[in-house]
Amino acid sequence: MVPGLPDRTLELYSSRMTRQQVLDLYFMDARSKLIDLAAFMDRVERAQGKEDFRMVAFRAALALLSQDAPEKARQVLLAFSDPTPEPISTATTKAACGAWPGST
Amino acid sequence: MKYIEPHAHMVSRITDDYMKITMAGCQAVCEPAFWAGFDRSSAQGFYDYFCQLTEHEPKRAGKFGLPHFCWLCINPKEAEDVKLAEEVIALIPRFLNGPNVLGIGEIGLNKNSRNELKVLELHVDVAARHDQLILVHTPHLEDKLKGTRLIVDMLKNDKRIRPERVIIDHVEEHTIKLVLDSGMWAGMTLYPESKCTPARAIDMVEVYGNERVWMNSACDWGISDPLAVPRTALAMKKRGHTVEAIEKLVLQNPSTFLSQCPKFKLG
Repeated sequence: MVPGLPDRTLELYSSRMTRQQVLDLYFMDARSKLIDLAAFMDRVERAQGKEDFRMVAFRAALALLSQDAPEKARQVLLAFSDPTPEPISTATTKAACGAWPGST
Repeated sequence: MKYIEPHAHMVSRITDDYMKITMAGCQAVCEPAFWAGFDRSSAQGFYDYFCQLTEHEPKRAGKFGLPHFCWLCINPKEAEDVKLAEEVIALIPRFLNGPNVLGIGEIGLNKNSRNELKVLELHVDVAARHDQLILVHTPHLEDKLKGTRLIVDMLKNDKRIRPERVIIDHVEEHTIKLVLDSGMWAGMTLYPESKCTPARAIDMVEVYGNERVWMNSACDWGISDPLAVPRTALAMKKRGHTVEAIEKLVLQNPSTFLSQCPKFKLG
């Protein structure tokens, strides 16, 4: 507790924006990001060579967005995730690449 | 707006950043030990780093009237070399009584390897034997879900560890519930490209509640924003959250968790 500040609970978050307010605040940003995604896919498809496992995972995640289901952000994150339970034998790199290679 | 920055790698930031976060209302900054962007070649390198975190950096912050606290460990990115990790972990107890040391962190996993898990267990053992708070880093991107599961399972299986004294950092939409259900705290890291944006962090608070969560910038040597916490506070205000609700998230909550270490005091 911070001295002088009362404890607060979830009720403080009970006020939610209406759907109209959410659209007013975030639509232009989301529209811009969607066009960026489209342009990224155009760029990949114009380029020579084969796609790798990352683009396969990307397309699978993209398909989730058009489904009529909740928790889309969570579902997209799960689509990119390593679902296996066991530790790997050795770390051969420090970096993550954004998609699980084993999914392909 | 007064706030606490509970996770920032200030050794990698310029002095102007101290001025900016202080002007934005920062009341205290907490710095977990982390990877320097390259592998240190010996335990001596870590000794020097721990001296930097416990002696030099608090003085640098103090020039702005800002209390500086730290956490000690060898970061999971350097945990594949178990022998080096054992040497570094052996150094930690001599620093634990330092006036700005809050606990062991940021420990955890990076690629979810067996050696990383072994080094995590060694760190947790030090924390348990010395009754220290624990700050946990979870892996990036495709490795986060699996790593978070492994970490939570390991900590739950160690009966010496009280979950309310552990914060699992860098949660996202697919890991936050797992962490909160375990009784541990969840840290949301506001970081460009990876981890989460201010809008997503606020979404998670609205969906999962405001108890046992905090937000941090984790600003470091990469592209990152030392003002991410006050920036998110502003975004909360735009979404209609009250000043009291924002204060709980950016000031009260981190203070509640960190005050479990009696050395944590606001200026």
